[in-house]
Amino acid sequence: MIELEGLTKRFGDKLAVDRLTFTVRPGVVTGFLGPNGAGKSTTMRMMLDLDHPTGGEVRIDGRRYARLKEPLKYIGALLDAKAVHGGRSAYNHLLCLAQSNRIPRSRVDEVLDVVGLSAVARQRTKGFSLGMGQRLGIAAALLGDPEILMFDEPVNGLDPEGIHWIRHLMKRLAAEGRTVFVSSHLMSEMALTAGHLVVIGQGRLLADTSMSDFIGQNSRSFVRVRTPEPERLRDVLSAVGVSPQVAADGSFEVADMEAAKLGELAAQHHVTLHELSPQQASLEEAFMRMTAESVEYHAHSTAGLADAPGDREGAAAPRGLEEGGDGGVAGGREDGRVGDRVGDRVGDREGGREGVPVWGADWSAKRRKGSAR
Amino acid sequence: MIFTPAVLRSEWTKVRSVSSTMWTLASALLVTVALSAGLCALTNAQFDNLSQQDRLTFDAAGTSFSGMFLGQLAVIVFGVLVVAGEYSSGMIRTSLAAVPQRAAFLFSKLAVATALAFVVGMVTSFASFFLGQALLGSHRTGIGEPGVLRAVFGAGLYMTLIALFSMGVAAMLRSPLLSLGILMPFFFLISTILAAVPVAKDVARYFPDQAGQKIMQVVPSSDGSAYGPWGGLGIMCAWVAVALLGGYLVMSRRDA
Ligand SMILES: Nc1ncnc2c1ncn2[C@@H]1O[C@H](COP(=O)(O)OP(=O)(O)OP(=O)(O)O)[C@@H](O)[C@H]1O
Ligand SMILES: [Mg+2]
Repeated sequence: MIELEGLTKRFGDKLAVDRLTFTVRPGVVTGFLGPNGAGKSTTMRMMLDLDHPTGGEVRIDGRRYARLKEPLKYIGALLDAKAVHGGRSAYNHLLCLAQSNRIPRSRVDEVLDVVGLSAVARQRTKGFSLGMGQRLGIAAALLGDPEILMFDEPVNGLDPEGIHWIRHLMKRLAAEGRTVFVSSHLMSEMALTAGHLVVIGQGRLLADTSMSDFIGQNSRSFVRVRTPEPERLRDVLSAVGVSPQVAADGSFEVADMEAAKLGELAAQHHVTLHELSPQQASLEEAFMRMTAESVEYHAHSTAGLADAPGDREGAAAPRGLEEGGDGGVAGGREDGRVGDRVGDRVGDREGGREGVPVWGADWSAKRRKGSAR
Repeated sequence: MIFTPAVLRSEWTKVRSVSSTMWTLASALLVTVALSAGLCALTNAQFDNLSQQDRLTFDAAGTSFSGMFLGQLAVIVFGVLVVAGEYSSGMIRTSLAAVPQRAAFLFSKLAVATALAFVVGMVTSFASFFLGQALLGSHRTGIGEPGVLRAVFGAGLYMTLIALFSMGVAAMLRSPLLSLGILMPFFFLISTILAAVPVAKDVARYFPDQAGQKIMQVVPSSDGSAYGPWGGLGIMCAWVAVALLGGYLVMSRRDA
């Protein structure tokens, strides 16, 4: 079990990890999610006492890491596959680690076998491919047969077979009752392996929930409606207080009405429908929506350095910034969508906070652009 | 409590399993012995051309260690690579995850590398001495003469302390290039040049290498010095202690 309490790390004036409090429990793979730069690696380094926290603490089975006498027997970690001396052979690399924690030499051969590196064990690690390096890092993590395992983006650089192997390994380790903590910035990857999720953005805890709860709460559902008479349908919907969003292909996305009711409504007003289909947004989308909040918070706080409350120019600044950036991202998209995007749904979601929703809007725009492909 | 057999064994595996250990220490030995032998042979051949003054203060034992000014550079490379190699490779994170007690980790590493440097230093100094004396012909001295054994033993200690000093500096700077970029010019050029400049001389004689080299001399240099052979070695030890303390503080305070 790993317990974090108010863990904080500041690099100069950058707050990389901001008062993180959560517990990683045994018997389940815990996914540690966040976009690039969210603070995942920094958090993991602090868990191993490599970086000193600015505040708060981490306890491994109730103790501070530095107090563990032979830590590799409690917790094995793969932080960075390149954290080896290239001039040393794989065997000697593992041997020196084993010796420092009084792990028998025979275990070195065992883990080399587990990760499939026995044949190259006597070669210098300098010549290893990314995947071989990753496997060596995993071998080092397994060396002390620890109850807690920690992997920082373990699938990075692995081929499909390697990815499959690692997923299987993590699940097996968790099934054996071990604590498995694995970071990623891909929700889809975690959906396949993790039973529990910890999501951070800009160093702050965004969610600490079971995978199934996360799916239940965060997957957005809507109904896709396609019609040759968009103007009429829009009028019909506004009459009942529903404002549809227009997707890139011209179809409507209606979030607050069931498909059956929508169909009845269209029939009543004799609007022809070409498509009427309930949709479930992917987990990746849910994750991006969640982390977008932290991204937009960040953008707002930097752009608004001179942003006194109520200062109109300050509030307008991020919006202008966004529109400049938006053109670059969106490229040749039709005009109608931009207004729609900033106007309707984001405004709804954010309860109309001025200036703030802009980056969120940008994220959701990218998301929808992606799903339209 | 700082040293545990497990961590010492681990550090021994580390130091013996990289090729830089072999080639730096072998170069230190070969360069020192070969260059000293060459200088001894040259001195023997040219002895009659030396000035009266030089002949009177001729130090047969000291001359047989004269190659060390170059050989010590290889010892510096050894010390720097042992410590800073952990940082440049990223290995330090793996190492500290395995041994999170900074003092145990650093001082075990230093102990193992220093023991190795000591053995090589002693082999180098004795080999340099006996080969050098053989080449000095009639101008040679013997190991039984007053102060000679101390000088031979001291030359081995000097090499050991140079290694240890380099390790301390490398632990402070954490970068092999930066450490070598400072240590090499300092020991090879700056210290030697300053020691020859009249005004700077009084300061330079307290530099670690200038002070430490006193132990290798049997005939005291003419310019009356402020300390004896053991005093000089003491000054060098003080430098080493400061470097080690600095290295330890950096390692325990800064993020890995
Ligand atoms: N040693 C350091 N000095 C200064 N800033 C740092 C340092 N390490 C990390 N940071 C900053 O802290 C933030 C968090 O970085 P971190 O590497 O923990 O993110 P991450 O979640 O692992 O991202 P990624 O998914 O890209 O690996 C980043 O903004 C990064 O620039
Ligand atoms: Mg990272």
